[in-house]
Amino acid sequence: MIRLGALAVGLLFVVNVLWGAIAPREATSPDMTKELHKHPKHMEWAHNGPGNLGVFGTFDRAQLQRGFQVYKEVCAACHSINRVAFRDLADLGYSEAQIKTISAEYEVAAIDSNGEPTTRKATGADKFPLVYANEAAARAAQNGANPPDLSLMTKARPDGTNYVYSLLTGYSDDVPKGWTKPDSLYYNPYFHSVNIAMPPPLAADGQVTYSDGSPATTDQYAKDVSAFLTWTAEPKLENRKETGMAMILFLIIMTGLGYLSYRKVWADIKKA
Amino acid sequence: MSFPWAKQYQPTSEVGKWMDERLPLARFVHGALGPGYPTPKNLNAFYNFGVLAGVALVIQIITGVVLAMHFAADTRVAFDSVEHIMRDVNGGWMIRYMHAVGASFFFGVVYIHIFRGLYYGSYKPPREVLWMLGLVIFLLMMATAFMGYVLVWGQMSFWGAQVITGLFSAFPVVGTYIQTLLLGGFSPDNATLNRFFSLHYLLPFVTFGVIILHVWALHIPGSNNPTGVDVKSEADTVPFHPYYTAKDFVGLGIYLILFAAFVFFMPNSLGEPDNYIPANPLSTPAHIVPEWYFWPFYAILRAFTTDFLGVPAKLWGVLAMFASILLLFLLPWLDTSPVRSNNYRPLSRLLFWVFVVVAVVLGVCGGKPAEEPWVRLSQVLTAYYFAHFLIILPIVSKLEKTKPLPGSISEAVLAKYGSKSGGGGAAPLAQPAE
Repeated sequence: MIRLGALAVGLLFVVNVLWGAIAPREATSPDMTKELHKHPKHMEWAHNGPGNLGVFGTFDRAQLQRGFQVYKEVCAACHSINRVAFRDLADLGYSEAQIKTISAEYEVAAIDSNGEPTTRKATGADKFPLVYANEAAARAAQNGANPPDLSLMTKARPDGTNYVYSLLTGYSDDVPKGWTKPDSLYYNPYFHSVNIAMPPPLAADGQVTYSDGSPATTDQYAKDVSAFLTWTAEPKLENRKETGMAMILFLIIMTGLGYLSYRKVWADIKKA
Repeated sequence: MSFPWAKQYQPTSEVGKWMDERLPLARFVHGALGPGYPTPKNLNAFYNFGVLAGVALVIQIITGVVLAMHFAADTRVAFDSVEHIMRDVNGGWMIRYMHAVGASFFFGVVYIHIFRGLYYGSYKPPREVLWMLGLVIFLLMMATAFMGYVLVWGQMSFWGAQVITGLFSAFPVVGTYIQTLLLGGFSPDNATLNRFFSLHYLLPFVTFGVIILHVWALHIPGSNNPTGVDVKSEADTVPFHPYYTAKDFVGLGIYLILFAAFVFFMPNSLGEPDNYIPANPLSTPAHIVPEWYFWPFYAILRAFTTDFLGVPAKLWGVLAMFASILLLFLLPWLDTSPVRSNNYRPLSRLLFWVFVVVAVVLGVCGGKPAEEPWVRLSQVLTAYYFAHFLIILPIVSKLEKTKPLPGSISEAVLAKYGSKSGGGGAAPLAQPAE
């Protein structure tokens, strides 16, 4: 009875789904966005270590500082990094005094002694303030676009660090034939919809002046800021890998000892 | 119950004796996982995965309890509180990555555990209830994992909640009511987040309770084994401790090494990047997908694209998705072959491996966008999924000519060792000893 019922139900599902499989499909026109869209370029990163494997490797502090500089002088005009606190900058090698100076450049909301809203200078305990008070303000100022917060950007996109680098260096004036691009948007094949509202932010070499002698090129800016945004998204990356090394070493020794005792325990049985 | 030759618990100290007469807890553990549980001596590595699943659940509960100390179930701050855990809580990144990766590993281990049961016929009499309790655990896990994923309140959390609860709206008359009840409103919002948090904290303990029943049901007939032949004498068994505690410990070590490799070196490789974008009810992601462990069922859900017998395609998909799991409850009565292990069922063994491939490719289809060739492929594979259990297996189990079984587990072990000394590299099959 169970088997007869099962047979009936089985036939119902099978015939049904196969009927769907042979049913003709609606004609689909090829999606040009998909054809034009490109996967991120593969770059080597200090935090990925030897062979770019991601197993070893630490952040390049000088690069993070340069990336922070690029962020501050270019990206910060529109994009916040609201999940990062000023005190976190100690990870980049800044001293307490330097962090104080940096945070003092920002104003955050406060309440004065009369209970009236006011602003004060940010301290190490504050987060980087938002650029726009809210989404509506952002869209009003940005011609309808909403510049996203960049704190988590490299984790919020597939292959994020490479994605940010590719996007920043991927602008092109050669819009392919047959592709329609509104005048207010820019062509960038690394962006998911290929048309992006953000104007090329790294427009010319020399736009940012480095003090450590690194080449002042748009390519270098893009690399540095991508590394910086990898840190903002995963500030515990070095801690994580270090812990992982110790953990795996311990587990290998533990498992090895466990295997030896397993052999000893089973020695009699295996012979039998 | 146990075999008559099971070692009885003997308290060695005065305190032990005193306690044993009042609450024989040590006696219970001794009989459940200790020297008092005689276990077939031929269990292979696949029999390790039950213990691993238990460990995986304990890891989830411990890390989850700690996460709940820092998490805030409020749509305005849930995402922020997760990032607070990642950035400001001491070791918070490790706890959270262990919990997120741990969910994937829990499912991975349980899938291997289920497939092991399918291959060796562990669902057959007298283990039907054991098998069904396992399926209840699987269903509880799925509900728990889904609700836990929503708690992060990222884009995929929000839209996943929207899609999955939306499935219930396919049912006529009561559908919309069920969806509203699940969400606590008409779309995912604070009420949803709060009830999911409450249930996400509750269900693991319910799961734990069902696991106790599962282990209890296991101890009535004892473990199945790769030959599928019943234990006949003391020569067929070894005490669980120290033999299988020692063996399982090695498996656990290997499992933890793999787990650590993911947690510490590729913690986000199993997740969707979209879930690092805070939930936005006004922006639908281009491609809504669940986590990988739901992909095969997601593929089945989306495989039904045409209305059939006046029932809309969407309802067919939902029915099929539920049916694909519920039919496993009937498996002990669909497969009527008296032989348990597929080692002695050549045709069933072939079909088993076909099914494994179908299930894996269905998973691949479920992770892809709903477009050709993936839809058509998942339709054909879905047809096979149902045909396998509901049509092919009942017929094959009736007609199949099985290989002769070994007289006992010991005989099979001896035959294996004997052929090893003579043969080359080919896997030796147990022969009946006349």
